Amino acid sequence: MRKVYLDHIAAAPLHPEVSSAMMPFLTDKYGNVQSIHLFGQHLQTAVEEARCQTAGLINAKSEEVYFTSSGSEANNFAVKGLALAHQKKGRHIVLSAIEHQSVLYSAKSLEKLGFSVTHVPVDKQGVIDPSDVKKAIKTETILVSTLLASSEIGTVEPLKEIAAVCHDQDVLVHSDAVAAAGNIPVDIRSLDVDALSLSANQFYGPQGNAALFLKKGVRILPFIDGGIQESGRRAGTENVAGIVGMGKAAELARMNMAARNSKILPLRDKLIAVLPNAVERMIVTGDIKHRLPHHVSFCVEFIEGEAMLLSLSMKGIAASSGSACTSKALKASHVLLAIGLDHALAQGSLVFSLIEDNKEKDIDYLLDVFPPIIERLRSMSPLYAKYQEEK
Amino acid sequence: MIYSEKVMEHFENPRNVGVIENPDGIGEIGNPVCGDMMTFYIKVNENRIDDVKFKTFGCGAAIAVSSIVSEMAIGKTIEDALKISNKDVAKELGGLPKNKMHCSNLGADALHKAIQNYLDKEKTPEKAAAEPSAKKKDEISCPFCEGPMEGLESFCKQCHTELKECPECGDPVTTKNETCPHCKAPLKNK
Repeated sequence: MRKVYLDHIAAAPLHPEVSSAMMPFLTDKYGNVQSIHLFGQHLQTAVEEARCQTAGLINAKSEEVYFTSSGSEANNFAVKGLALAHQKKGRHIVLSAIEHQSVLYSAKSLEKLGFSVTHVPVDKQGVIDPSDVKKAIKTETILVSTLLASSEIGTVEPLKEIAAVCHDQDVLVHSDAVAAAGNIPVDIRSLDVDALSLSANQFYGPQGNAALFLKKGVRILPFIDGGIQESGRRAGTENVAGIVGMGKAAELARMNMAARNSKILPLRDKLIAVLPNAVERMIVTGDIKHRLPHHVSFCVEFIEGEAMLLSLSMKGIAASSGSACTSKALKASHVLLAIGLDHALAQGSLVFSLIEDNKEKDIDYLLDVFPPIIERLRSMSPLYAKYQEEK
Repeated sequence: MIYSEKVMEHFENPRNVGVIENPDGIGEIGNPVCGDMMTFYIKVNENRIDDVKFKTFGCGAAIAVSSIVSEMAIGKTIEDALKISNKDVAKELGGLPKNKMHCSNLGADALHKAIQNYLDKEKTPEKAAAEPSAKKKDEISCPFCEGPMEGLESFCKQCHTELKECPECGDPVTTKNETCPHCKAPLKNK
Protein backbone atom coordinates (compact mmCIF):
# COMPACT_ATOMS: atom_id res chain seq x y z
CA MET A 1 0.00 0.00 0.00
CA ARG A 2 1.12 3.52 -0.78
CA LYS A 3 2.05 5.53 2.32
CA VAL A 4 1.51 9.28 2.26
CA TYR A 5 2.50 11.44 5.20
CA LEU A 6 0.45 14.62 5.34
CA ASP A 7 0.84 15.38 9.02
CA HIS A 8 3.72 17.85 9.14
CA ILE A 9 1.97 19.81 11.91
CA ALA A 10 2.11 16.77 14.19
CA ALA A 11 5.82 16.31 13.43
CA ALA A 12 7.97 16.53 10.32
CA PRO A 13 10.28 13.57 9.62
CA LEU A 14 13.91 13.89 10.64
CA HIS A 15 16.08 15.11 7.77
CA PRO A 16 18.86 12.59 6.99
CA GLU A 17 21.54 15.29 7.36
CA VAL A 18 20.10 16.07 10.79
CA SER A 19 20.26 12.48 11.97
CA SER A 20 23.85 12.19 10.69
CA ALA A 21 24.79 15.33 12.60
CA MET A 22 23.21 13.91 15.75
CA MET A 23 24.64 10.41 15.56
CA PRO A 24 28.15 11.09 16.97
CA PHE A 25 26.55 12.58 20.08
CA LEU A 26 24.53 9.41 20.61
CA THR A 27 27.64 7.23 20.28
CA ASP A 28 31.26 8.25 20.81
CA LYS A 29 30.92 11.94 21.72
CA TYR A 30 29.73 11.57 25.29
CA GLY A 31 30.08 13.52 28.49
CA ASN A 32 28.41 16.51 30.14
CA VAL A 33 28.46 19.97 28.57
CA GLN A 34 29.24 21.59 31.92
CA SER A 35 32.35 19.45 32.61
CA ILE A 36 35.65 21.22 32.51
CA HIS A 37 37.54 18.34 30.90
CA LEU A 38 38.10 17.80 27.19
CA PHE A 39 34.99 15.61 26.79
CA GLY A 40 32.78 18.38 28.15
CA GLN A 41 34.49 21.08 26.13
CA HIS A 42 33.79 19.27 22.84
CA LEU A 43 30.14 19.15 23.70
CA GLN A 44 30.01 22.77 24.72
CA THR A 45 31.40 23.82 21.35
CA ALA A 46 28.74 21.72 19.62
CA VAL A 47 25.89 23.16 21.72
CA GLU A 48 27.05 26.72 21.14
CA GLU A 49 27.29 26.13 17.41
CA ALA A 50 23.73 24.80 17.45
CA ARG A 51 22.63 27.86 19.40
CA CYS A 52 24.18 30.03 16.74
CA GLN A 53 22.49 28.06 13.93
CA THR A 54 19.12 28.24 15.70
CA ALA A 55 19.52 31.98 16.27
CA GLY A 56 20.37 32.39 12.59
CA LEU A 57 17.00 30.98 11.55
CA ILE A 58 15.17 33.85 13.25
CA ASN A 59 17.86 36.56 13.00
CA ALA A 60 18.54 36.53 16.74
CA LYS A 61 21.83 36.67 18.64
CA SER A 62 22.92 33.30 19.94
CA GLU A 63 22.82 34.44 23.58
CA GLU A 64 19.13 35.18 23.06
CA VAL A 65 18.28 31.52 22.41
CA TYR A 66 17.31 29.18 25.28
CA PHE A 67 16.89 25.51 24.48
CA THR A 68 13.82 23.76 25.88
CA SER A 69 12.32 20.28 25.60
CA SER A 70 9.28 21.24 23.51
CA GLY A 71 7.34 24.09 21.97
CA SER A 72 4.89 23.70 24.84
CA GLU A 73 7.69 24.20 27.34
CA ALA A 74 8.91 27.29 25.48
CA ASN A 75 5.36 28.70 25.59
CA ASN A 76 5.00 27.91 29.30
CA PHE A 77 8.42 29.44 29.96
CA ALA A 78 7.53 32.65 28.11
CA VAL A 79 4.00 33.21 29.36
CA LYS A 80 4.56 32.27 33.00
CA GLY A 81 8.15 33.50 33.23
CA LEU A 82 7.43 36.93 31.71
CA ALA A 83 4.18 37.43 33.63
CA LEU A 84 5.74 36.53 36.97
CA ALA A 85 8.83 38.65 36.37
CA HIS A 86 6.78 41.73 35.48
CA GLN A 87 3.81 41.42 37.83
CA LYS A 88 4.80 44.47 39.86
CA LYS A 89 3.75 46.58 36.88
CA GLY A 90 0.40 44.82 36.51
CA ARG A 91 -1.29 41.45 36.35
CA HIS A 92 -3.19 41.50 33.07
CA ILE A 93 -2.39 39.38 30.02
CA VAL A 94 -3.84 39.48 26.51
CA LEU A 95 -4.08 36.39 24.27
CA SER A 96 -5.76 35.69 20.98
CA ALA A 97 -8.76 33.36 20.99
CA ILE A 98 -6.89 30.77 18.92
CA GLU A 99 -3.76 30.15 20.97
CA HIS A 100 -2.26 26.71 21.43
CA GLN A 101 -3.26 24.89 24.62
CA SER A 102 0.21 25.43 26.08
CA VAL A 103 -0.35 29.19 25.98
CA LEU A 104 -4.03 29.02 26.98
CA TYR A 105 -3.42 26.80 29.97
CA SER A 106 -0.32 28.70 31.08
CA ALA A 107 -2.55 31.75 31.25
CA LYS A 108 -5.18 29.71 33.11
CA SER A 109 -2.57 28.78 35.71
CA LEU A 110 -1.73 32.47 36.07
CA GLU A 111 -5.43 33.25 36.57
CA LYS A 112 -5.34 30.98 39.60
CA LEU A 113 -2.54 33.18 40.95
CA GLY A 114 -4.69 36.28 40.54
CA PHE A 115 -3.81 37.40 37.00
CA SER A 116 -6.61 38.36 34.64
CA VAL A 117 -6.67 37.37 30.98
CA THR A 118 -8.39 38.90 27.95
CA HIS A 119 -8.94 36.82 24.81
CA VAL A 120 -8.95 38.84 21.61
CA PRO A 121 -11.40 37.47 19.02
CA VAL A 122 -10.45 36.61 15.44
CA ASP A 123 -12.37 37.05 12.21
CA LYS A 124 -13.82 34.22 10.10
CA GLN A 125 -10.42 33.56 8.52
CA GLY A 126 -8.80 33.43 11.95
CA VAL A 127 -7.02 36.77 11.55
CA ILE A 128 -6.33 38.88 14.64
CA ASP A 129 -7.04 42.60 14.15
CA PRO A 130 -4.21 44.64 15.76
CA SER A 131 -6.74 47.31 16.72
CA ASP A 132 -8.59 44.69 18.79
CA VAL A 133 -5.34 43.96 20.60
CA LYS A 134 -4.94 47.69 21.20
CA LYS A 135 -8.45 47.86 22.68
CA ALA A 136 -7.72 44.93 24.98
CA ILE A 137 -4.59 46.53 26.47
CA LYS A 138 -5.13 48.25 29.83
CA THR A 139 -2.72 50.15 32.08
CA GLU A 140 -2.05 46.97 34.07
CA THR A 141 -1.36 44.85 30.95
CA ILE A 142 2.15 43.42 30.99
CA LEU A 143 2.13 40.81 28.24
CA VAL A 144 0.48 40.05 24.91
CA SER A 145 0.96 36.51 23.64
CA THR A 146 -0.25 35.72 20.17
CA LEU A 147 0.67 33.02 17.69
CA LEU A 148 2.41 33.75 14.43
CA ALA A 149 0.57 31.01 12.54
CA SER A 150 -2.13 28.55 13.50
CA SER A 151 -1.40 24.86 13.07
CA GLU A 152 -5.13 24.17 12.93
CA ILE A 153 -6.25 26.60 10.25
CA GLY A 154 -2.95 27.69 8.71
CA THR A 155 -3.58 31.41 9.03
CA VAL A 156 -0.49 33.63 9.38
CA GLU A 157 -1.15 36.57 11.68
CA PRO A 158 -0.10 40.23 11.23
CA LEU A 159 2.40 39.86 14.07
CA LYS A 160 4.51 42.88 13.16
CA GLU A 161 1.48 45.18 13.38
CA ILE A 162 0.34 43.54 16.61
CA ALA A 163 3.79 43.95 18.16
CA ALA A 164 3.89 47.61 17.15
CA VAL A 165 0.58 48.26 18.90
CA CYS A 166 1.87 46.57 22.06
CA HIS A 167 5.18 48.38 22.15
CA ASP A 168 3.38 51.70 21.70
CA GLN A 169 1.84 50.97 25.08
CA ASP A 170 5.00 49.52 26.61
CA VAL A 171 3.66 45.95 26.73
CA LEU A 172 5.84 42.88 26.13
CA VAL A 173 5.06 40.61 23.19
CA HIS A 174 5.56 36.85 23.05
CA SER A 175 4.70 34.87 19.95
CA ASP A 176 4.13 31.15 19.63
CA ALA A 177 5.81 30.63 16.26
CA VAL A 178 6.04 26.85 16.56
CA ALA A 179 4.00 26.18 13.42
CA ALA A 180 5.67 28.98 11.48
CA ALA A 181 9.40 29.01 12.30
CA GLY A 182 11.42 27.07 9.77
CA ASN A 183 8.52 27.08 7.29
CA ILE A 184 8.16 30.80 6.60
CA PRO A 185 10.75 33.54 7.13
CA VAL A 186 10.74 34.69 10.75
CA ASP A 187 12.86 37.71 11.59
CA ILE A 188 12.53 38.70 15.23
CA ARG A 189 14.17 42.11 14.60
CA SER A 190 11.73 43.05 11.87
CA LEU A 191 8.75 41.57 13.77
CA ASP A 192 10.07 43.31 16.88
CA VAL A 193 8.87 40.74 19.41
CA ASP A 194 10.37 40.24 22.87
CA ALA A 195 10.02 36.49 22.98
CA LEU A 196 9.23 33.78 20.44
CA SER A 197 8.84 30.00 20.65
CA LEU A 198 10.03 27.59 17.97
CA SER A 199 10.22 23.81 17.77
CA ALA A 200 12.67 21.61 15.84
CA ASN A 201 10.19 18.92 14.83
CA GLN A 202 8.32 21.49 12.75
CA PHE A 203 11.34 21.92 10.47
CA TYR A 204 12.68 18.38 10.06
CA GLY A 205 14.56 18.39 13.36
CA PRO A 206 14.29 16.01 16.29
CA GLN A 207 11.28 15.72 18.59
CA GLY A 208 11.80 16.89 22.15
CA ASN A 209 13.87 19.87 21.08
CA ALA A 210 12.68 23.44 20.92
CA ALA A 211 13.79 26.90 21.91
CA LEU A 212 12.64 30.20 23.29
CA PHE A 213 14.04 33.39 21.85
CA LEU A 214 14.20 36.07 24.53
CA LYS A 215 15.36 39.55 23.62
CA LYS A 216 18.51 40.60 25.46
CA GLY A 217 17.67 42.64 28.53
CA VAL A 218 14.10 41.34 28.97
CA ARG A 219 13.59 39.94 32.46
CA ILE A 220 12.11 36.47 32.86
CA LEU A 221 11.77 34.05 35.76
CA PRO A 222 13.80 30.82 35.39
CA PHE A 223 11.60 27.97 34.23
CA ILE A 224 13.51 25.11 35.83
CA ASP A 225 15.45 25.99 38.95
CA GLY A 226 18.74 24.23 39.45
CA GLY A 227 22.12 24.46 37.80
CA ILE A 228 23.66 27.03 35.51
CA GLN A 229 22.58 25.52 32.18
CA GLU A 230 20.93 27.90 29.69
CA SER A 231 22.31 30.89 31.67
CA GLY A 232 20.56 29.66 34.80
CA ARG A 233 17.15 30.17 33.28
CA ARG A 234 16.43 26.58 32.37
CA ALA A 235 18.42 24.13 34.46
CA GLY A 236 19.01 20.49 33.58
CA THR A 237 21.68 18.55 31.73
CA GLU A 238 21.58 19.46 28.06
CA ASN A 239 20.16 17.03 25.49
CA VAL A 240 23.25 17.47 23.33
CA ALA A 241 22.31 15.22 20.41
CA GLY A 242 18.89 16.85 20.20
CA ILE A 243 20.27 20.36 20.44
CA VAL A 244 22.85 19.62 17.72
CA GLY A 245 20.01 18.20 15.60
CA MET A 246 17.91 21.31 16.13
CA GLY A 247 20.84 23.51 15.10
CA LYS A 248 21.43 21.51 11.93
CA ALA A 249 17.72 21.51 11.10
CA ALA A 250 17.57 25.28 11.62
CA GLU A 251 20.51 25.79 9.29
CA LEU A 252 18.94 23.57 6.62
CA ALA A 253 15.59 25.34 7.01
CA ARG A 254 17.22 28.74 6.56
CA MET A 255 19.11 27.64 3.46
CA ASN A 256 16.42 25.47 1.85
CA MET A 257 13.20 27.23 2.85
CA ALA A 258 12.57 28.82 -0.53
CA ALA A 259 13.35 25.62 -2.44
CA ARG A 260 11.20 23.51 -0.12
CA ASN A 261 8.28 25.90 -0.38
CA SER A 262 8.46 26.16 -4.15
CA LYS A 263 8.00 22.35 -4.25
CA ILE A 264 5.23 22.24 -1.65
CA LEU A 265 3.16 25.28 -2.63
CA PRO A 266 1.79 23.93 -5.93
CA LEU A 267 0.74 20.73 -4.16
CA ARG A 268 -0.99 22.70 -1.42
CA ASP A 269 -2.76 24.88 -3.95
CA LYS A 270 -3.88 21.84 -5.91
CA LEU A 271 -5.51 20.42 -2.78
CA ILE A 272 -7.22 23.73 -2.03
CA ALA A 273 -8.46 24.02 -5.59
CA VAL A 274 -9.59 20.45 -6.22
CA LEU A 275 -10.84 18.89 -2.99
CA PRO A 276 -13.76 21.23 -2.17
CA ASN A 277 -15.02 20.69 -5.72
CA ALA A 278 -14.70 16.91 -5.51
CA VAL A 279 -16.89 16.72 -2.41
CA GLU A 280 -20.04 18.76 -1.82
CA ARG A 281 -20.44 20.79 1.39
CA MET A 282 -16.75 20.96 2.17
CA ILE A 283 -15.10 24.28 3.05
CA VAL A 284 -11.56 25.53 3.42
CA THR A 285 -10.84 26.91 6.90
CA GLY A 286 -8.41 29.75 7.61
CA ASP A 287 -7.05 32.50 5.42
CA ILE A 288 -6.27 31.45 1.85
CA LYS A 289 -3.80 34.25 1.16
CA HIS A 290 -1.97 34.63 4.45
CA ARG A 291 -1.32 30.97 4.96
CA LEU A 292 1.41 28.51 5.91
CA PRO A 293 2.89 27.07 2.69
CA HIS A 294 2.54 23.46 3.86
CA HIS A 295 -0.95 23.71 5.30
CA VAL A 296 -4.45 22.94 4.01
CA SER A 297 -7.43 22.67 6.33
CA PHE A 298 -11.05 21.81 5.68
CA CYS A 299 -14.34 21.14 7.37
CA VAL A 300 -16.45 18.42 5.82
CA GLU A 301 -20.10 18.63 6.74
CA PHE A 302 -22.21 15.77 8.17
CA ILE A 303 -19.31 13.52 9.23
CA GLU A 304 -16.79 13.42 12.00
CA GLY A 305 -13.02 13.98 11.81
CA GLU A 306 -11.75 10.91 13.60
CA ALA A 307 -13.75 8.59 11.37
CA MET A 308 -12.15 10.35 8.36
CA LEU A 309 -8.66 10.00 9.86
CA LEU A 310 -9.15 6.27 10.48
CA SER A 311 -10.48 5.75 6.97
CA LEU A 312 -7.58 7.69 5.44
CA SER A 313 -5.14 5.74 7.61
CA MET A 314 -6.53 2.48 6.21
CA LYS A 315 -5.51 3.84 2.81
CA GLY A 316 -2.03 4.71 4.09
CA ILE A 317 -2.64 8.45 4.44
CA ALA A 318 -1.74 10.35 7.62
CA ALA A 319 -3.62 13.58 8.42
CA SER A 320 -5.00 15.37 11.51
CA SER A 321 -8.25 16.82 12.77
CA GLY A 322 -9.49 19.21 15.43
CA SER A 323 -12.72 17.32 16.05
CA ALA A 324 -13.93 16.63 19.58
CA CYS A 325 -13.48 12.90 19.17
CA THR A 326 -9.83 13.15 18.20
CA SER A 327 -9.06 15.27 21.24
CA LYS A 328 -8.73 13.44 24.52
CA ALA A 329 -10.88 16.10 26.15
CA LEU A 330 -13.74 15.33 23.73
CA LYS A 331 -14.33 19.01 23.08
CA ALA A 332 -14.54 20.70 19.72
CA SER A 333 -11.46 22.77 18.91
CA HIS A 334 -11.63 26.26 20.42
CA VAL A 335 -9.91 27.52 17.26
CA LEU A 336 -12.71 26.30 14.99
CA LEU A 337 -15.38 27.68 17.32
CA ALA A 338 -13.49 31.00 17.45
CA ILE A 339 -13.70 31.40 13.66
CA GLY A 340 -17.45 31.02 13.98
CA LEU A 341 -18.04 27.41 12.98
CA ASP A 342 -20.84 25.59 14.77
CA HIS A 343 -20.15 22.41 16.70
CA ALA A 344 -21.41 20.06 13.99
CA LEU A 345 -19.21 21.60 11.30
CA ALA A 346 -16.19 21.78 13.64
CA GLN A 347 -16.51 18.00 14.12
CA GLY A 348 -15.74 17.53 10.44
CA SER A 349 -12.35 19.19 10.66
CA LEU A 350 -9.46 17.84 8.64
CA VAL A 351 -5.88 19.11 8.23
CA PHE A 352 -3.42 18.01 5.57
CA SER A 353 0.09 19.36 6.10
CA LEU A 354 2.76 18.66 3.53
CA ILE A 355 6.36 17.61 3.94
CA GLU A 356 9.15 18.25 1.45
CA ASP A 357 9.15 14.62 0.31
CA ASN A 358 5.52 14.69 -0.86
CA LYS A 359 5.11 14.17 -4.59
CA GLU A 360 2.35 15.14 -6.95
CA LYS A 361 1.50 11.41 -7.19
CA ASP A 362 0.77 11.46 -3.44
CA ILE A 363 -1.68 14.28 -3.86
CA ASP A 364 -3.34 12.58 -6.82
CA TYR A 365 -3.65 9.42 -4.74
CA LEU A 366 -5.34 11.40 -1.97
CA LEU A 367 -7.68 13.06 -4.46
CA ASP A 368 -8.52 9.57 -5.71
CA VAL A 369 -9.33 7.88 -2.42
CA PHE A 370 -10.89 10.83 -0.63
CA PRO A 371 -14.34 11.15 -2.25
CA PRO A 372 -15.28 7.46 -1.72
CA ILE A 373 -14.28 7.73 1.96
CA ILE A 374 -16.55 10.72 2.42
CA GLU A 375 -19.34 9.00 0.55
CA ARG A 376 -19.11 5.89 2.74
CA LEU A 377 -19.15 7.85 6.01
CA ARG A 378 -21.97 10.07 4.81
CA SER A 379 -24.04 7.03 3.87
CA MET A 380 -23.95 6.17 7.58
CA SER A 381 -24.66 9.69 8.84
CA PRO A 382 -28.12 10.64 10.10
CA LEU A 383 -27.21 14.30 9.53
CA TYR A 384 -26.50 13.68 5.86
CA ALA A 385 -29.77 11.75 5.52
CA LYS A 386 -31.63 14.76 6.92
CA TYR A 387 -29.78 17.10 4.57
CA GLN A 388 -30.73 14.97 1.57
CA GLU A 389 -34.38 14.80 2.62
CA GLU A 390 -34.47 18.57 2.86
CA LYS A 391 -32.81 18.86 -0.51
CA MET B 1 -5.24 5.76 21.91
CA ILE B 2 -5.45 2.48 20.10
CA TYR B 3 -8.62 0.69 19.05
CA SER B 4 -8.95 -3.07 19.32
CA GLU B 5 -8.92 -5.13 16.14
CA LYS B 6 -12.61 -5.83 16.59
CA VAL B 7 -13.44 -2.12 16.79
CA MET B 8 -11.49 -1.50 13.60
CA GLU B 9 -13.15 -4.45 11.88
CA HIS B 10 -16.63 -3.14 12.75
CA PHE B 11 -15.63 0.38 11.73
CA GLU B 12 -14.42 -0.90 8.38
CA ASN B 13 -17.37 -3.24 7.78
CA PRO B 14 -20.23 -2.02 9.89
CA ARG B 15 -23.24 -4.36 10.04
CA ASN B 16 -26.83 -3.20 9.61
CA VAL B 17 -26.23 0.38 8.46
CA GLY B 18 -29.37 1.93 7.10
CA VAL B 19 -33.01 2.71 7.75
CA ILE B 20 -36.05 0.46 8.25
CA GLU B 21 -39.16 1.64 6.43
CA ASN B 22 -42.13 1.65 8.79
CA PRO B 23 -40.11 0.60 11.84
CA ASP B 24 -41.75 -0.59 15.06
CA GLY B 25 -39.51 1.71 17.07
CA ILE B 26 -37.04 4.57 16.53
CA GLY B 27 -34.46 5.75 19.05
CA GLU B 28 -32.36 8.86 18.58
CA ILE B 29 -29.59 9.94 20.92
CA GLY B 30 -26.69 12.36 21.14
CA ASN B 31 -25.97 15.55 19.28
CA PRO B 32 -23.06 17.02 17.36
CA VAL B 33 -21.79 19.08 20.31
CA CYS B 34 -20.25 16.03 21.92
CA GLY B 35 -19.44 14.50 18.57
CA ASP B 36 -21.77 11.54 18.34
CA MET B 37 -25.31 11.03 17.13
CA MET B 38 -27.08 7.73 16.61
CA THR B 39 -30.48 6.76 15.23
CA PHE B 40 -31.65 3.17 15.72
CA TYR B 41 -34.59 1.57 13.94
CA ILE B 42 -36.08 -1.75 15.11
CA LYS B 43 -38.55 -4.28 13.75
CA VAL B 44 -40.25 -6.46 16.40
CA ASN B 45 -41.99 -9.78 15.82
CA GLU B 46 -43.70 -11.67 18.66
CA ASN B 47 -41.69 -9.88 21.33
CA ARG B 48 -38.43 -10.61 19.53
CA ILE B 49 -36.21 -8.10 17.74
CA ASP B 50 -36.32 -9.19 14.12
CA ASP B 51 -34.21 -6.48 12.56
CA VAL B 52 -32.10 -3.49 13.56
CA LYS B 53 -30.71 -0.73 11.38
CA PHE B 54 -28.79 2.36 12.37
CA LYS B 55 -27.30 5.63 11.16
CA THR B 56 -24.44 7.18 13.10
CA PHE B 57 -22.55 10.46 13.00
CA GLY B 58 -19.40 10.08 15.01
CA CYS B 59 -15.95 8.71 15.59
CA GLY B 60 -14.64 5.24 14.85
CA ALA B 61 -15.78 3.97 18.24
CA ALA B 62 -19.30 5.32 17.77
CA ILE B 63 -19.66 3.55 14.43
CA ALA B 64 -18.23 0.26 15.75
CA VAL B 65 -20.46 0.47 18.84
CA SER B 66 -23.57 1.01 16.71
CA SER B 67 -22.63 -1.92 14.54
CA ILE B 68 -22.04 -4.35 17.40
CA VAL B 69 -25.16 -3.24 19.28
CA SER B 70 -27.23 -4.01 16.20
CA GLU B 71 -25.68 -7.46 16.02
CA MET B 72 -26.16 -8.12 19.71
CA ALA B 73 -29.82 -7.07 19.62
CA ILE B 74 -31.05 -9.00 16.59
CA GLY B 75 -32.83 -12.20 17.68
CA LYS B 76 -33.10 -11.19 21.34
CA THR B 77 -36.38 -10.81 23.19
CA ILE B 78 -37.34 -7.28 24.18
CA GLU B 79 -36.50 -8.08 27.81
CA ASP B 80 -33.04 -9.42 26.96
CA ALA B 81 -32.29 -6.56 24.57
CA LEU B 82 -33.12 -4.08 27.33
CA LYS B 83 -30.51 -5.82 29.47
CA ILE B 84 -27.67 -5.03 27.01
CA SER B 85 -25.53 -2.53 28.91
CA ASN B 86 -22.74 -0.23 27.82
CA LYS B 87 -20.35 -2.50 29.70
CA ASP B 88 -21.49 -5.49 27.63
CA VAL B 89 -20.98 -3.51 24.43
CA ALA B 90 -17.43 -2.45 25.33
CA LYS B 91 -16.61 -6.01 26.39
CA GLU B 92 -17.96 -7.43 23.15
CA LEU B 93 -15.70 -5.01 21.22
CA GLY B 94 -12.62 -6.15 23.12
CA GLY B 95 -12.55 -2.96 25.17
CA LEU B 96 -12.68 0.74 24.28
CA PRO B 97 -10.23 3.53 25.09
CA LYS B 98 -11.14 5.12 28.43
CA ASN B 99 -12.10 8.48 26.96
CA LYS B 100 -14.40 6.76 24.44
CA MET B 101 -16.46 4.89 27.00
CA HIS B 102 -19.30 7.36 26.63
CA CYS B 103 -19.69 6.32 22.99
CA SER B 104 -20.53 2.77 24.03
CA ASN B 105 -23.08 4.23 26.44
CA LEU B 106 -24.81 5.84 23.52
CA GLY B 107 -25.22 2.63 21.51
CA ALA B 108 -27.10 0.71 24.18
CA ASP B 109 -29.06 3.85 25.09
CA ALA B 110 -30.15 4.43 21.49
CA LEU B 111 -31.32 0.81 21.24
CA HIS B 112 -33.21 1.10 24.53
CA LYS B 113 -34.83 4.30 23.30
CA ALA B 114 -35.99 2.53 20.14
CA ILE B 115 -37.43 -0.29 22.27
CA GLN B 116 -39.12 2.22 24.58
CA ASN B 117 -40.60 3.91 21.53
CA TYR B 118 -41.97 0.51 20.42
CA LEU B 119 -43.37 -0.24 23.90
CA ASP B 120 -45.00 3.19 24.10
CA LYS B 121 -46.73 2.62 20.78
CA GLU B 122 -47.95 -0.78 21.97
CA LYS B 123 -49.60 0.75 25.03
CA THR B 124 -53.27 1.72 24.99
CA PRO B 125 -53.86 5.48 24.84
CA GLU B 126 -55.11 5.52 28.48
CA LYS B 127 -51.94 3.89 29.69
CA ALA B 128 -49.80 6.26 27.68
CA ALA B 129 -51.60 9.24 29.16
CA ALA B 130 -50.94 8.02 32.69
CA GLU B 131 -47.19 8.43 32.72
CA PRO B 132 -46.26 12.04 33.15
CA SER B 133 -43.64 11.01 35.70
CA ALA B 134 -41.55 9.24 33.08
CA LYS B 135 -41.21 12.51 31.19
CA LYS B 136 -39.98 14.34 34.24
CA LYS B 137 -36.59 12.61 34.10
CA ASP B 138 -35.86 14.08 30.69
CA GLU B 139 -36.41 17.60 31.93
CA ILE B 140 -32.91 17.84 33.39
CA SER B 141 -30.46 18.12 30.56
CA CYS B 142 -26.89 19.24 30.14
CA PRO B 143 -26.84 23.02 29.53
CA PHE B 144 -23.96 22.59 27.08
CA CYS B 145 -24.95 19.68 24.84
CA GLU B 146 -28.54 19.15 26.00
CA GLY B 147 -27.72 15.52 26.73
CA PRO B 148 -29.97 13.64 29.15
CA MET B 149 -29.04 13.68 32.84
CA GLU B 150 -30.27 11.55 35.69
CA GLY B 151 -30.10 14.19 38.37
CA LEU B 152 -27.35 16.69 39.02
CA GLU B 153 -23.83 15.47 38.41
CA SER B 154 -20.43 17.16 38.51
CA PHE B 155 -19.95 16.61 34.79
CA CYS B 156 -22.11 15.64 31.83
CA LYS B 157 -21.79 11.97 30.92
CA GLN B 158 -22.32 12.79 27.29
CA CYS B 159 -20.02 15.74 26.59
CA HIS B 160 -17.85 15.69 29.75
CA THR B 161 -18.52 19.39 30.42
CA GLU B 162 -17.93 20.37 34.04
CA LEU B 163 -21.20 21.24 35.73
CA LYS B 164 -22.45 22.75 38.96
CA GLU B 165 -25.75 23.72 40.48
CA CYS B 166 -27.36 27.09 39.87
CA PRO B 167 -27.73 28.61 43.37
CA GLU B 168 -31.10 30.14 42.36
CA CYS B 169 -33.07 27.40 40.62
CA GLY B 170 -30.92 24.33 41.24
CA ASP B 171 -30.63 23.42 37.57
CA PRO B 172 -27.28 22.34 36.16
CA VAL B 173 -25.07 25.10 34.71
CA THR B 174 -21.62 24.91 33.19
CA THR B 175 -18.70 26.51 34.98
CA LYS B 176 -18.48 28.92 32.04
CA ASN B 177 -22.09 30.15 32.06
CA GLU B 178 -22.28 33.78 33.10
CA THR B 179 -25.99 33.56 33.71
CA CYS B 180 -28.15 30.50 34.38
CA PRO B 181 -29.71 29.40 31.07
CA HIS B 182 -32.89 28.38 32.94
CA CYS B 183 -33.67 31.13 35.46
CA LYS B 184 -31.29 33.82 34.08
CA ALA B 185 -29.76 34.40 37.51
CA PRO B 186 -26.23 35.84 37.30
CA LEU B 187 -23.57 33.29 38.22
CA LYS B 188 -20.31 33.90 39.99
CA ASN B 189 -18.11 32.26 37.39
CA LYS B 190 -14.89 33.92 36.44
